[in-house]
This record gives sequence, structure tokens and C-alpha cells, in this order.
Amino acid sequence: MRNYIFLLAFIAVMPFAQAETAEEKGLAIAVESDNRDKGWSDSSAEMKMVLRNRHGKESTRKIRVTNLEMDGDGDKGLTVFDTPRDVKGTAFLSYSHSLVPDEQWIFLPALKRVKRISSSNKSGPFMGSEFAYEDISSFEVPKYSYKYLRDETIGGIECFVSELRPQYKHSGYTKTHVWIDKAEYRVQKIDFYDRKDSLLKIQRFTDYKLYLDQYWRAHTQTMENQQNGKSTTLYWDNFQFKTGLTEKDFEKNDLKRQR
Amino acid sequence: MILNVSVKHWVKISWLFGAAMMLSATATANEWSGYMAGEYRYFQHESPFADPGQYDPSFVLSPEYYHEWDEGQQSLIIAPFLRIDQQDAERTHVDLRELQWLYVEDDWELRLGLGKVFWGVTESQHLVDVINQTDLVENSDTEDKLGQPMINLSFFQDWGTVDLFVMPYFRERTFAGKDGRLRSSLVVDTDKASYESGAGRQHLDVALRWSQTFGDWDVGLSHFYGTNREPLLQLNATFDALIPYYEIMHQTGLDIQQTTESWLWKLEVIRRETTSDTFTALTGGVEYTFYGVFESNMDVGLIAEYLFDDRNDELATPFEDDVLIGTRLAWNDEQSTELLVGMIQDVESSDVSWNIEASRRIGDRWKLSAEARLFSVRNNDTALYSFRDDDYFQLELARYF
Repeated sequence: MRNYIFLLAFIAVMPFAQAETAEEKGLAIAVESDNRDKGWSDSSAEMKMVLRNRHGKESTRKIRVTNLEMDGDGDKGLTVFDTPRDVKGTAFLSYSHSLVPDEQWIFLPALKRVKRISSSNKSGPFMGSEFAYEDISSFEVPKYSYKYLRDETIGGIECFVSELRPQYKHSGYTKTHVWIDKAEYRVQKIDFYDRKDSLLKIQRFTDYKLYLDQYWRAHTQTMENQQNGKSTTLYWDNFQFKTGLTEKDFEKNDLKRQR
Repeated sequence: MILNVSVKHWVKISWLFGAAMMLSATATANEWSGYMAGEYRYFQHESPFADPGQYDPSFVLSPEYYHEWDEGQQSLIIAPFLRIDQQDAERTHVDLRELQWLYVEDDWELRLGLGKVFWGVTESQHLVDVINQTDLVENSDTEDKLGQPMINLSFFQDWGTVDLFVMPYFRERTFAGKDGRLRSSLVVDTDKASYESGAGRQHLDVALRWSQTFGDWDVGLSHFYGTNREPLLQLNATFDALIPYYEIMHQTGLDIQQTTESWLWKLEVIRRETTSDTFTALTGGVEYTFYGVFESNMDVGLIAEYLFDDRNDELATPFEDDVLIGTRLAWNDEQSTELLVGMIQDVESSDVSWNIEASRRIGDRWKLSAEARLFSVRNNDTALYSFRDDDYFQLELARYF
């Protein structure tokens, strides 16, 4: 936390800095992007996930996600699965942290069992999709090191392009390249490079909508695996913010009565 | 039999109730889910007893109705269960797994009705898990449970969660009948069950549990006073059947799990006092998972547990000095393909039982599961001895709705 305040102070004096290094600029972009998305308190949304294999065959999953913004720490999240029907009612609780391991519990409805699970599984696929657990976990500035690469216009949108290197353990990536638009500091595209440093996946963010005059949310996110030809699209819907959720709504006791 | 009738009665009421709810509810959440399945068991050997055969098809229906109102502050869940088994009349049974009203406040919750509760952390056996009766005819692994009538109050405090249970009615354990496999040499006559308490099934059982998370540690401490879910099996007067005798017990249980990186360290300890016996038992072990092995998406988990019971009586429990070695494979594919292989070996006698479970989703609504249990038991002084020829392979195809 202290580091973070230090960073903010540092960024505040940024305009007067003489020569900004690529690392400083990369960090400044990430901090600005993160700051613009602060203060939403809590949110909920529904998500449909469409998995496509190489032959275009599709399968669908539906989940509901609620999140709680935590000051000076990673967010808390509660995910409930509606389909496929055999996992209906399965609920997943996560306390994310920047650099120390996340805390995670899962509720298995058939056994009524709440299980604490290891959070080392960052790079594994989320529900058989092309999204890894680390791709859907909450963004925290200290999770990466940053380096600004260049400006680039993609799809008519002017962007900063930065290189991020994960600083947390067990990541499946050596680095990612992230396109953030200059106008609103929203992520437009991410290239993921695998442990052998070759391009693994490309994620695109589209259908951005503005909530509460401040918070931009991409309603469509597509992840294309460049190595196996599979892709996954997330369709988000029904975003709600500041619904009055508290930490009490994100405890392992709550898992048992999720529907 | 009385129980059977009352269960059927409950099922009828709950279906009517459910139907009424569906008609009345408009602006509130209201839904049906569940599954039906066909199961086929093939026993490798002929039964040492005359009646049971080697092939056993059966059918399961397990619907669940859920209704919530008051913006989720109140809800009702109704989950009947039905199995029709071709061989064993005792395995053909209905139950109400759940018929529970839930009321939620900020700092407390109240559950009223029939419900299911799980306590514990280990994989090989569930010593501290004593609220629900085991539905033994469903599966010899004791993982299936009967609905328990209860009043359950939960309090949430900074120093932990306290669960209070009052259980006004006892459910008897189910046992395979004379035509069923996985039975004892003498059949258990469940209609003649007797009780230590004069109140019989109406003995008021109570339980208390405190649980809390301290960083990497998840801890639970519980005490149960009431009818022991595990009966003593006594010879009847004509020496041709076993009769379940249910004692009153005090049981204190402790369960701990420490989660660091890919390691899960687990411990369950109980101390149980009954008129006939007082003993300590424990299960302790570790689970380690290799994520994404060999550059694939597959996870390989390794499980090792030690099982101990200080009665040192193989007839009371076969797991008095045993070791579990197991592995859990998850392909993390679109079909959620999984395989679990476990082996429990007695340290002294070298008797072994194997448990293999695999499953894979087909499309969005079907699931195929396979299961095998293999028993290699030579010691005839163990509770497992009567299962020595009950090695089986099972396929189940389930349709979810």
C-alpha cells in the first residue's frame, strides 16, 4: 500500500518530469487506467461464454459474477454457474491479492461441500475455455512490470501499446502486449505470449458501454488461440454497480446458498 | 415401514406444494432443475450368497425445485430422490434429500426442514461429518446421505461462524437387502431396529460447530450429542439376521486444512463416546497438484492419507491402520473429463480396496460416469470381508434438466 501511495505521488509530479523512461510511461498509463476505474464499490453481471473449436462447433456456459472493490487489495469475487446443467449451483469465491497467493473456495452442490482450493492454478483453462484463470482475475497495478512500446491506431482508435510482464508466480505468460485507448484508457486488445515467448492468444474488447458516467465495460470479449485454432467469446450483460453489497456477501458461508 | 410411508407422504405434499408455488409465483425466482439417470452395475464374481445376481440395472430421478422471494431473503428448496433397482428391493427407495426453508439476515441464517450438511476436509473418509445419515444402498463409499430433519441456526461473527443444530427426528441407515450385492453375510433387518434411548427415533439430537479461516488455515470444531448414525449390528434371536442397534453418542470433532501454494494439508480427528465404547480416530494427509503438466492443460493431483482408529477392531471399522494413495486427473477440457483413482491398503494385513471414478460431459446436458470398486480382502476378521466377491464396474448416463 505504501508503495502504491508513493507511486501516485510520483505520477502526480509526472508532467514536470524531464525525460520519462518507457518503464515510467508504461506504469503511468496503467495507473491512469486503474484510477479511472476506481470507486464502483460493488458490481454484478451475467455472462454467457461461447466456446468454439477449430471446426466451428460451439458450446455455451452461463455464469453470474459479483465483485467487491477492496481498498488497497485485490477485489473479492463470487461466481455462480448456471450451465452446463451438471455444474449448476457450483459457486466459486475468490479473494484476489496482488503478489501473495489469492484465497479461493469452491462449493460443490451435490455434496454440499465447501472446499478451500489452491490458487496456484493461474494458467489453467477456466471451464475448458481459452480464458485462463489469470485472464479473468481482477487487475491490480503491482501484478506486472510495465514498459511503454509505441502509439498505434487499431480499428480507428488511437492507442498506447505497452509490454506487461507478470510479477506473480505461476503465470503461463512471459509477457503480454496491451493496447489502451488514449481517449478513455480502456483496454482494447491484449496479445499473450506463452512461456516459450511465442504468440499464444489474442483478446479483443468490444461493445464498450459507460455506466454511472465513469465506468466503461466491454460487453464482448473474444479470445482467439493462435496455436490451436480455438476461440472463446464472453458476452456480458446486465451490469449493475453500487448495489450495496458488503464483505459479508463474500464469505465462505455465502457459498452454500448461492443459486 | 412407518418411515417409508411418511417419506412417500412427504414426497406427495412437496410435489403439490411445488406445483402450487409455480402457479402463484410471478415476480420471484422460481425454477426446476435436477437429473435422471440410468445406471448399470456388473459384478465380476458370483455372490457368495444365494440370491443376488451379477447384473444390476437401476434408474434414478433427482429433481430439485427452488423458489425465492423477499429479494432472496427467504427461499424454499425441495429435492426428492427416487431410485428403482431391478435386483434389490431395499435399494429401490425414495427420500426427501431436501425440503428446507431458508431465512437470511445479515448476521444470521435460519434453516428449517430436511437438509444436508457437510463437515470436513479429507477424501478417504469423513469422520467429523455426522449430521446426516448415510444412504448406504446408494453407494458403499458412504458419500450419499439421507435428508435430515433439522432446525439450523447460523451466526456469523468476526471470530467465526457458529452453527447450531436441533434434530428432532432420526433417519435409519439403509442396508442392502437379501437380493442386493455389497451386503453382509446375514442380511440387516432394518424393520427391527432398536434404540438405546427410550425416545427412539424421536430423541432430540443437538450439535454445535464453530468454524473460522485464519489466513491459510481453515478450522472447524464441532460437538454432537444424539443418536449415533452408525448402528451396532447385533444377531437376532433366531441367528438368521442382523438387527441395527442405535446408541446415544457424544462426538467431538476437529477438522483443519492448511492451503499453501499447491499443497493442501488435511486433518480430521474425532473422539466418540458411547455406552459400549469410547475411542479416538483420525484421518490426516496431503494433496499436491501439478497444474498444466507437460505443457498441457491437464492437472494431476496426488493424494496420500493415513487412517487410524484406536479401537484397533477391524469389525468396527476396516480403517483402523490404513493408508490411502490416490490420484486425481482433470483434463480441463470442454467436457470436464476427470479421473480419480484411489487405493486404501491395510498396513498390517495388506488387504486392499480400489476405487476408480471417471466422468465426462456429452453435449450440454448429458454426462457419462464410470465407476469401479475392487476388493482384495483375505482377512476374514474385517468388516470388508463380506464384500470380497463384490468387485464391480458401473456405467451411468445422466440427463440434466
